Amino acid sequence: MFENMQAIYLAIPLSCLFAAIVAGIFGRVIGRVGAHTITILGVATAFVLSIVVFRDVAAGNSFNGAIYTWAVSGGFPFEIGFLIDKLTATMMVVVTFVSFMVHIYSMGYMHEDAGYQRFFSYISLFTFAMLMLVMSNNFLQLFFGWEAVGLVSYLLIGFWFDRETAIFANLKAFLVNRVGDLGFLLGIACVFMYFGTLDYAAVFASAPGLVGETVSFFPGTEWNLFTVIGILLFIGAMGKSAQVPLHVWLPDSMEGPTPISALIHAATMVTAGIFMVARMSPLYELSETALSVIVIIGALTALLMALVGIVQNDIKRVVAYSTLSQLGYMTVALGVSAYSAAIFHLVTHAFFKALLFLAAGSVIIAMHHEQDMRKMGGLKNYMPITWFTALIGSLALAGVPPFAGFFSKDAIIEATHASHLFGSGFAYVAVTAGVFITALYSFRLMILTFHGNMRVDEHTRHHLKESPWTVWVPLLLLAIPSIFVGAIYMEDMLFGGFFGDAIQVRPEHDVLGQLAKEYHGATGWALLWAFFTHALKPGPLWLAIAGIAAAWFLYLEKPELPDRIRDRFRVAYDVLVRKYGFDEFYQLVFAGGARGLGRLFWKIGDVRLIDGAAVNGSARIIGWLSGVIRQVQSGYVYHYAFAMIIGVFLMMTWFLHR
Amino acid sequence: MLLESVNLSVAIWLPILGAIAILASGSDANAQRVRWLSLIVAIAEFLITIPLYTRFDKTTAAMQFTEFHTWVPAFNINYSLGIDGIAMPLILLTSFLTIIVVISAWEIIKQRVAQYMAAFLIMEGLMIGVFSALDAILFYVFWEAMLIPMFLIIGIWGGPNRIYASIKFFLYTLLGSLLMLVGFIYLYYQSGNSFSILDYHQLPLALGAQILLFFGFFAAFAVKVPMFPVHTWLPDAHTEAPTGGSVILAAIMLKMGAYGFLRFNLPILPDASHELAGFMITLSLIAIVYIALVALVQEDMKRLIAYSSISHMGFVTLGFFIFNAQGVEGGIIQMISHGFISGALFLCVGVMYDRLHSRDIKDYGGVVHRMPIFAAFMMLFAMANAGLPATSGFVGEFLVIIGAFQANVWFAVAAGTTLVFGAAYTLWMYKRVIFGKIANEKVETLTDVTPREILFLALLAFAVLLMGVWPMPFLDVMHASVDNLLEHVAQSKLP
Repeated sequence: MFENMQAIYLAIPLSCLFAAIVAGIFGRVIGRVGAHTITILGVATAFVLSIVVFRDVAAGNSFNGAIYTWAVSGGFPFEIGFLIDKLTATMMVVVTFVSFMVHIYSMGYMHEDAGYQRFFSYISLFTFAMLMLVMSNNFLQLFFGWEAVGLVSYLLIGFWFDRETAIFANLKAFLVNRVGDLGFLLGIACVFMYFGTLDYAAVFASAPGLVGETVSFFPGTEWNLFTVIGILLFIGAMGKSAQVPLHVWLPDSMEGPTPISALIHAATMVTAGIFMVARMSPLYELSETALSVIVIIGALTALLMALVGIVQNDIKRVVAYSTLSQLGYMTVALGVSAYSAAIFHLVTHAFFKALLFLAAGSVIIAMHHEQDMRKMGGLKNYMPITWFTALIGSLALAGVPPFAGFFSKDAIIEATHASHLFGSGFAYVAVTAGVFITALYSFRLMILTFHGNMRVDEHTRHHLKESPWTVWVPLLLLAIPSIFVGAIYMEDMLFGGFFGDAIQVRPEHDVLGQLAKEYHGATGWALLWAFFTHALKPGPLWLAIAGIAAAWFLYLEKPELPDRIRDRFRVAYDVLVRKYGFDEFYQLVFAGGARGLGRLFWKIGDVRLIDGAAVNGSARIIGWLSGVIRQVQSGYVYHYAFAMIIGVFLMMTWFLHR
Repeated sequence: MLLESVNLSVAIWLPILGAIAILASGSDANAQRVRWLSLIVAIAEFLITIPLYTRFDKTTAAMQFTEFHTWVPAFNINYSLGIDGIAMPLILLTSFLTIIVVISAWEIIKQRVAQYMAAFLIMEGLMIGVFSALDAILFYVFWEAMLIPMFLIIGIWGGPNRIYASIKFFLYTLLGSLLMLVGFIYLYYQSGNSFSILDYHQLPLALGAQILLFFGFFAAFAVKVPMFPVHTWLPDAHTEAPTGGSVILAAIMLKMGAYGFLRFNLPILPDASHELAGFMITLSLIAIVYIALVALVQEDMKRLIAYSSISHMGFVTLGFFIFNAQGVEGGIIQMISHGFISGALFLCVGVMYDRLHSRDIKDYGGVVHRMPIFAAFMMLFAMANAGLPATSGFVGEFLVIIGAFQANVWFAVAAGTTLVFGAAYTLWMYKRVIFGKIANEKVETLTDVTPREILFLALLAFAVLLMGVWPMPFLDVMHASVDNLLEHVAQSKLP
C-alpha cells in the first residue's frame, strides 16, 4: 500500500505535466480534439487520484520524503520532495477539481480561438506547477512552484498577445510578483542561514530552539528572527495573493481569458500565499509582530478593495475586486491565528468564486465579448442556468446561510472578534463592514446583469441564448460544493482539528478553540444549529441581508439613485474609480524612475564618464589644465598683487587660528 | 578505445590542427565541404572532452589529466597541463558551444567560410588551453593568442562599426594582460624561478606585495569579466561581432576573467583578497544594479543582452568574494549557465537579424505571429535570463543570494533586485519584439525557424532545462576543488 501511494503522489502532478508537454509540443499534430482529450484525461486522472490521497490521509496516513536531490552545496543538500498531509490533500482536491471543471468549460469557451491547443497546454502546465507548490516538503520546491505558477499566469494573461492591454498587464503582473518574490527569496535565505536546511519538518522542529535569536539589518537594531522571516515570506504572499500594496496586478490580469481568471486568479494561484502562511504556522506562531502585520495588511485589502468593487462596471472586474477583498479576509484569518478558518474560506471561496467567474464568462460569450454591465440587464430569461448558478455563487459570497461562504466567513469574523492581537480590533471593523459592501456589489452585479431593463443592443439580443453544455455543466458541478461544502466540512475543518499537525496554534492564540467553547462542544446538527442561531443575533448576517436589500433598492427600485449618490460624493467616487491612485503612482515612480535612472546611468555614467573620460579624458584633462594655468599668467601686475594679498591673508588666518 | 587515451593536449591541438587543415584545403568554392569538415572536427572535439567528465575523479582536489614537458629550460618555463573540478566544466562548455557556433554559421556566413570556421576552431583550442594551463607563461600565451582570432572575427565579419569595436576590445584587454605579465614575472623571482601556478599557491607573500599583485591580476581579469567600470568595451564588441563571435565572447571569453580570479587571486593572494573583498563586492553589486538599469533602456537587442551579461557576471564575482561554498559554487554554476543562456539569446537575435538585418527593438513587434516556434524558444531563454526556477539561470543566482545573505543581509538584498530588474529588461524587450500586433510589412514577411535553427536552439534549451531541473551533476564535480580553494583562501600567506 505504501509503495503504491508514493507512485500515486508522483502520478498526480506528472499526469498534468505530461499532458501539457504533449499538447504544447505536438499541438499541431494531435489537433484540437487531441489536445483537449489528453489534457482533460491528465487532469481527471490527477483529480481522481487526489481523492484517493484525500481519503488516505483522512484515514490518518501521511507522507514526507524526498524524490531526488536537486543539488548539494557546502555539504547542505537541496531536495525535491513531497509532504502529504491533510492540508496538502485538501489543496490537491480543490486545485484538481477546479482545474478539471475549467478544462471542460474551456472546450466551450475557447472553441473559436486559434490558440486552442496552446491554451490547454498552459492550463495543464499550471495545474502541474500548482500541485508541485502545494505538495512540496521544502522551501526550495515551494519557490519553484511559486515562480512556475507565476510564469503560467504571465503566459495566460498575455494569451491574446496582440492586445496591447494584455501584454502590458502580463508584464506588470510578472514584475509586481517579482517584487514579492524578492522578499520571499530573502526569507528563504534567512531560513537557510539560521536553520541550515530548507526542509519544512526539520525547520519546524528546530524553530522553538531559536526563539530569542535576532537578526541585525542596521547596526544597533536587533530584530526577532521569526519576525524577520515571517515578514519576508509574507512579502512573497502579498505579491502572489495580491495584498495591498502589491495588489495592482490582479485587476489587470482580467485581460486573460475568463477560464483562467477562474482557475488562476480566483480559485488557486492567488491563494498560494494563504496556503504558504498556513503551512508556516509553526514559524508565524512565534512572532506576534509578523501576525499583526498580516492582520493589518489583510484588513486593509479586505475593506479597500471591496469598496472599489462597488464602482466597477466591467463584470469581470467586479469579481476580481471581490477576489482581492476575499483574499484579504483569508489573510486576516491567518493573522489572528485562525489558520484553519483561512484554509476553510480558501476552499469555499475556490468553489463559489470559480463559479462566479465562469458564470461571468458564460454571460460574456452570450454577449459576444461585451463585458460592460451597463449594456446588459434582464439576461435571466435568456440564460436561466447561468443566472441560477450565479445566484448561488453570489449568495455564498455574500455569506447567506446555508451556502458555503456563510460558514467560512462567519468563522473569520468571529475569530477576529475573539483575538487580542494588535490590529485585530481594526480588522474586526474592516471585515464586518466588508460584509455589507460584499453583499452590495455582488447583488449590484446580479441585478445589473440579469434583472431590470434590458440594455442589450438589438443585434446581440438576437443571438442571446444559454451557453452550450460544456459551459453550464461545470457551472452546475461547481454550484454543488458552493452550497454544501461549508455545512459539511465546517465542524471538521474549523473545530475538529482536521488539519492535525499540519497547522500549529499556540494556546494563547487559539481563537477557534475559544469559539468552539461558545458552542459548548456541540457537534453534528447541533453545532450547525448553534452556528445558525448565533448568526441570527445582530451581526454579519444582518449586514449581508442589508447589503442585498440596498442593492435591490438602489439598482432595481430606484435606478436613478446611484447616479445622484455618485454626484453627491464625487470626490469619494473619483478616489474609488482611480483605485486610490496606486497604478499612477507606481507607473510614475517605479516604472518611470527605473527608466530615468537607467538612461541617466547609461548616457552620463557609461557614455560620458567612462567612455568619454577613458578614451579621450586624459588628453582632454591635460589640455584643460594647461589652459587654466595659462589664464593665471595674465601679465597684469594687479592680478599678481591681488593674489599675494589673498595669500598673505590666508596664511595669517591660519597662523592665528592654529 | 580511442577515447580512453584522451589527454588535454589532444583536446587543445585537435581543433587547431583541424583548423589548419581547413584553411589549407578550403575555399568559398567548396564551402559546403568546409562546413561539414568543421562540424566533424567540432563534434570529434566534443566527444574527446566527454571523458574528461566521465573519468573525472570527484573525490580529489588535485589536478587531473596532468601533462608535463619542459619547454624553455633557461627560464624554467614548462608545458604543464592539468584540470580540476573548476576548469573541467568550462572545457566541456567550450566544446559544446563550438558545435553550436558551427551549426549557427552554416548558411549565414557565405564569405571566407574556411577562415571563419578556422578562427572559431583555433579559438576553441586556445580557450581550452587557458583552462588547462598550469604554467603561468603557458597560460599567458594562450590568453593573449586567444585575442587574435576574436579580433579577426569582429574585424572581418562584424557590423559597420567593426573597426572601432575590435580595436577597443583589443586595447582594453591587452592593457590589462600586460599588468598580469608583470605580476607573473614578480612571482617568478619571489618563488625562486618558477612559473608553476601550483607553486604560487604555496608561496608566502607580504600584504603590500599581495595587494599590488591583486591589482595587477585585477586589471587583466576585471576587464575580461567585465566588471564595472571597465565594461564599456563589451557592448560595442557584442553589437559589432557576428552572431558566432557574440556567442563565444559572452559564453566563454567572459568566463576567462572569472576563472582567473579563482586560479590566481583567491588562492595566491588570500590576504589581499580578504582585504579587498569589500571593494570587489561593491563593484559586483554596482554591476548587478547599475548595469541592470542601463540594460533596461537599451534600444539595440544585442546591446541589451550585452549589458545583461555584465549584470549576470556581477553575480559570479559577488559569489567568489563572499568566500563561502554557496557563493563560490553558485558563481561557477552561474558561469556555466550564463554560457548557455547568453549564447542562446545572442543566437535568437541572430536568427531575427539574419531575416530583417536589424537589431533595433523598434523595428520589430508581433514576431510571434510569423515565428511561433521561435517565440516559444526565445520565451524559454528570456525566462532563464530572468532567473526562473527550473532553468539554469536560477541555480547560480539562488546559491549566490543564499551565500551573500550569510555574509551580509544587504548584499543579498542588492543582488536580489535582479529578480525584478532582470525580469524587467528581458521581458520588456520580449514584449516589444515578440508580442503585439505585426509592427510593419517587414515583420509580415518573416518565416519561422528552419530545422537547422531548431537544432541548435533545442540543444541549448535542453542544456538550460537539464541544468535547472537537476544541477547536481554540474555541482558534484566541483565540490572537492571548491573546498580546497576555500581552505586556501582561509589560510594567511603572510610571511
